[in-house]
Amino acid sequence: MKLLVCISQTPDTTAKISFNADSTEFNSAGVQFIMNPYDEWYALVRACELKESLGGQVTVLHIGPAANETTIRKALAIGADDAVRIDADPKSAAFVAFQIAEYARKENFDIIFLGKETIDYNGSEVGAMLAEFLDMPYVSYASKLDVQGNIATLDREIEGGIESLEVELPCVVSAAKGMAEQRIPNMRGIMTARTKPLQELPAAPFEALEQLNRFTLPPAKAGVKLIDPENMDELVRLLHEEAKVL
Amino acid sequence: MVLVFAESPRGQFKKSAFEAVTYGKKLADALGVSCVALTLGPLHDAGLLGEYGASRVLNNNNTAFEHFDSQVYAKAIADAATQLGAKVVILSHTSTGKALAGRLAVRLKAGLISGANQLPQIESGSLLVEKSVFSGKALAQYKLNGAVNIISLMGNAVKPEMTGSKLEPETIQLTVTPGKIKIKELKTQEGTVPLPEAEIVVSAGRGMKDPANWGIVEELAATLGATTACSRPVADSHWRPHHEHVGQTGIAIRPNLYIAIGISGAIQHLAGVNNSKVIVVINKDPEAPFFKAADYGVVGDLFEVVPKLNEAIKKYKAAN
Ligand SMILES: Cc1cc2nc3c(=O)[nH]c(=O)nc-3n(C[C@H](O)[C@H](O)[C@H](O)COP(=O)(O)OP(=O)(O)OC[C@H]3O[C@@H](n4cnc5c(N)ncnc54)[C@H](O)[C@@H]3O)c2cc1C
Ligand SMILES: Nc1ncnc2c1ncn2[C@@H]1O[C@H](COP(=O)(O)O)[C@@H](O)[C@H]1O
Repeated sequence: MKLLVCISQTPDTTAKISFNADSTEFNSAGVQFIMNPYDEWYALVRACELKESLGGQVTVLHIGPAANETTIRKALAIGADDAVRIDADPKSAAFVAFQIAEYARKENFDIIFLGKETIDYNGSEVGAMLAEFLDMPYVSYASKLDVQGNIATLDREIEGGIESLEVELPCVVSAAKGMAEQRIPNMRGIMTARTKPLQELPAAPFEALEQLNRFTLPPAKAGVKLIDPENMDELVRLLHEEAKVL
Repeated sequence: MVLVFAESPRGQFKKSAFEAVTYGKKLADALGVSCVALTLGPLHDAGLLGEYGASRVLNNNNTAFEHFDSQVYAKAIADAATQLGAKVVILSHTSTGKALAGRLAVRLKAGLISGANQLPQIESGSLLVEKSVFSGKALAQYKLNGAVNIISLMGNAVKPEMTGSKLEPETIQLTVTPGKIKIKELKTQEGTVPLPEAEIVVSAGRGMKDPANWGIVEELAATLGATTACSRPVADSHWRPHHEHVGQTGIAIRPNLYIAIGISGAIQHLAGVNNSKVIVVINKDPEAPFFKAADYGVVGDLFEVVPKLNEAIKKYKAAN
């Protein structure tokens, strides 16, 4: 199997979120970056498992600057065979999807994996865009994936349930919790990752149609109103009269 | 013209469809254009969308639309948008909408903002759309520069409003291509409102000590007509089913009321729930971080507080 895993880099979940003076850029000073959890824990690990059981090759692809290569090396340490970095600032989902499509078109992957969303911009957009650029079927929020011949069997999370389905390969899949279990890279993985091939490619020109105006922080909570644990009637009254949610 | 794609999973509308039409109608009014609703697949009562403000309701009931396949749906919706000359397309930010939005944006060469939380501002004809980013820790406003633009609407962001009247649905001819996805089985949790759609959520964490203690949580949820949720360690240790797990690695929700019981309020938990309109925290530790994100707090032992709250709500419900 020829598998591609698209990995993104996001601020660590505990990172303090702040912006530059004119509120148009994320302030990354002092912020620790990690591989997007859905990409790492589920998409990448499941791709590696499939390769281990069915044979083949796992390539990881990242669109980002050279500074992000530590994240790529981590993916190689977890078990990917080789990596490609497209050298660009990953400005918008459409830009990213276009770059992935330009690369993937030439390579004939059986499955292209993504995470269900990035935890910074929470877009959940790239997968669907990529599938359309490549005119491939797309299974989003997949919590289970098995492959037999050229058919993949998947579970997909929908509102209030799970849909089990079959799809012809090639396809694009976005991974959610359940597809695999997180893997911690071992020492051997970390050593071999250093010598695995990492190819750098230039980005293709693409004009995005969305323009960031400004970031704002949500209005601060007024502060918690504490209620006497013996007086739940008071809580109910407040929820009804003040908060108007009952 | 504003085109709203109104989802009808298994032939039925859900609240998100009415929210999307309400939103589309308000946006259409602000732009001085009309709002048209599109539905795909065999349907019970498509004309209902007129009540939420659509001036036309279009349907194509080809059986290819009985099951959702983003490749098949995107072609059809893009076809409709092109035929009708839509300038804005509205979707719901649901599992269906998320799988469609990006595809449509590429097909229509349109600008896209997904997960909008309110109506756009209109500035010399351009749409300025705000959405929540960094798992609820910030908001970002974008300007849409496409000749056509797509917005997907976050659940519970607007209230469905009945401003119009029922219409006779019209049939629209659309490109239908066979898909490559075959649905084998659908496992649904019957009887409860799915978490992403729930208006009231009662959620509990490790403070419950044991899965056998969940009775008080379920009773409170039943009294409130709420859906139950849980923190990650609770789902990970199989105390509760995985679909109840909310937070950064679980589901993100934005109910009107979120009641957190015996949950400490770790940042990764908050990431999934901090867009809730009102948060009530019940925790015996006054230092629990959740109180900082709460509107109302009760410092006390949940095993005493939760049954008391349940009684108080029953009393209120009986009186109202
Ligand atoms: C990358 C990453 C992603 C994560 N994603 C998620 C996620 O999506 N969702 C999530 O929930 N967590 C997530 N976590 C875990 C998160 O950091 C916390 O560990 C978790 O939320 C804690 O769960 P809890 O509040 O139920 O348990 P605890 O932290 O153990 O808190 C239990 C609380 O119950 C209170 N309590 C105990 N007994 C009583 C009593 N009798 N009466 C009243 N109160 C009582 C305690 O004071 C305490 O505050 C993630 C962690 C990481 C590192
Ligand atoms: N810069 C990037 N490079 C490679 N893949 C990416 C990048 N950004 C996003 N992706 C992939 O797209 C998925 C969804 O991202 P998003 O649509 O932004 O929520 C991520 O989980 C990644 O798999």
